[in-house]
Amino acid sequence: MIRAICADARDNVATLLETGRNGDKITVETGLDSNTATLQSDVPAFHKFALRNIATGEVVIKYGESIGKAVCRISAGEHVHVHNIESGRGRGDLES
Amino acid sequence: MLNGYRRPDGRWGIRNHLLILPASVCASETATQIAARVPGSISLPHQHGCCHMGEDYRQVLRTLSGIANNPNTGATLIVGLGCEGIQAEELLKQINTGGKPAGIVIIQESGGTPNAIAAGTAKAQELSRLLAAQQREPFPVSELVVGLECGGSDPTSGIAANPAVGAAVDLLLEAGGSSILSETTELIGAEHLLAKRAVNSHVASEIYRIVNRTEQRAIAQGTDIRGTQPTPGNIQGGISTIEEKSLGCIFKAGSADVQAVLEYGEQIPREPKGLFLMDTPGQDIESITGMLAGGAQIVLFTTGRGSPAGSPVAPVIKVTGNHDTFSKMQDNIEINAGTIITENRPVAETGNAIYRELLAVANGKLTKAEVLGHREFAIFRVGYTY
Repeated sequence: MIRAICADARDNVATLLETGRNGDKITVETGLDSNTATLQSDVPAFHKFALRNIATGEVVIKYGESIGKAVCRISAGEHVHVHNIESGRGRGDLES
Repeated sequence: MLNGYRRPDGRWGIRNHLLILPASVCASETATQIAARVPGSISLPHQHGCCHMGEDYRQVLRTLSGIANNPNTGATLIVGLGCEGIQAEELLKQINTGGKPAGIVIIQESGGTPNAIAAGTAKAQELSRLLAAQQREPFPVSELVVGLECGGSDPTSGIAANPAVGAAVDLLLEAGGSSILSETTELIGAEHLLAKRAVNSHVASEIYRIVNRTEQRAIAQGTDIRGTQPTPGNIQGGISTIEEKSLGCIFKAGSADVQAVLEYGEQIPREPKGLFLMDTPGQDIESITGMLAGGAQIVLFTTGRGSPAGSPVAPVIKVTGNHDTFSKMQDNIEINAGTIITENRPVAETGNAIYRELLAVANGKLTKAEVLGHREFAIFRVGYTY
């Protein structure tokens, strides 16, 4: 089965370790534990997918820390990347 | 113990370079032509040295003199045009504080390029003979300062390469050595974690100050930072935001407390030893130059997408957490930390391998970047040219 790493128990995303396709079953490793998940979209190697549903505006957590916010609703198993999350840091376009 | 070159100021070099240092862009070509006539010498062509103001002037001067004062530089020949803002004599004064052999040649005073090349070549040959007589001597690992850099990151950097380098850095610091974490842009979103590791509240506020200064510079541009940080390659690899990049980036620093925050190119103190933070940009080459001007003798460089970067005065050791990148770019990369992912190998195992490589390179083993002749050099500017 395709592996993924969840860096911290608080995370709502995991990093896929090889390219996955919609419907693939994934083993998600969190420290000594592991769970299974199912991809709801194609996800390239080392990209992220949601471990649970993430609401619009909700903080996306990796390494136990915020990496930005969801700009739309993200379903568990969906690819998480620049199309559905964004950073609020250093953004001159937001301040102007 | 390691073997290196003892410098008059008490620091230790792991290389013994003869630097042909142009004071300005106007002297760069002449410096390069002198270096071409003196085997083993290194010219440092750059685009700066004139028409700077204020902090920008001080930063360029500090960087150029810092590279000459780096312990890996054995001797320096300064090449000046004569009329530039960064005067060769001023540069020589800054370099003389380190007590190493140095010379000077001025193009306008020599009467043009051919005469300056002839005079410069003779002086450089003299310096080269001095360096040839120097021998490596034993020195303690605690005198080693490693600069930490990541470039062309992807998510394997945060999972494998950076934690493995962090483990190696912890070993170096346990042996009494020092390290410099840099790239302030890549602290945005992770600054609170480093501030918690500051040795006191002043250092913690300094960490917030440099991150805020960098972020405000970006905001003042009035444009979207995305696509610049993270870069297109970072994004293609799977890093979505600057916060994600930063959180992966800081693993390079291991677990030590932060002793102090250094300005770009500022000299790292001899005491205390430990982990320091330097305010450099995320651009790899400018960042490495700052750390070398600050006294780092060696660089650990992690990459996910692959990077060929080297440096004129210090060996740069490459580590990747991406197995495919290692396969594709073995000519450039020393250590495959991808086994942490592909074979579930412990981070500490790769950390040990990186530490062993660090010591071997410090003792004279050439890095792949050195063998390939990579000598990337760039200075981080903080002002306009007038």
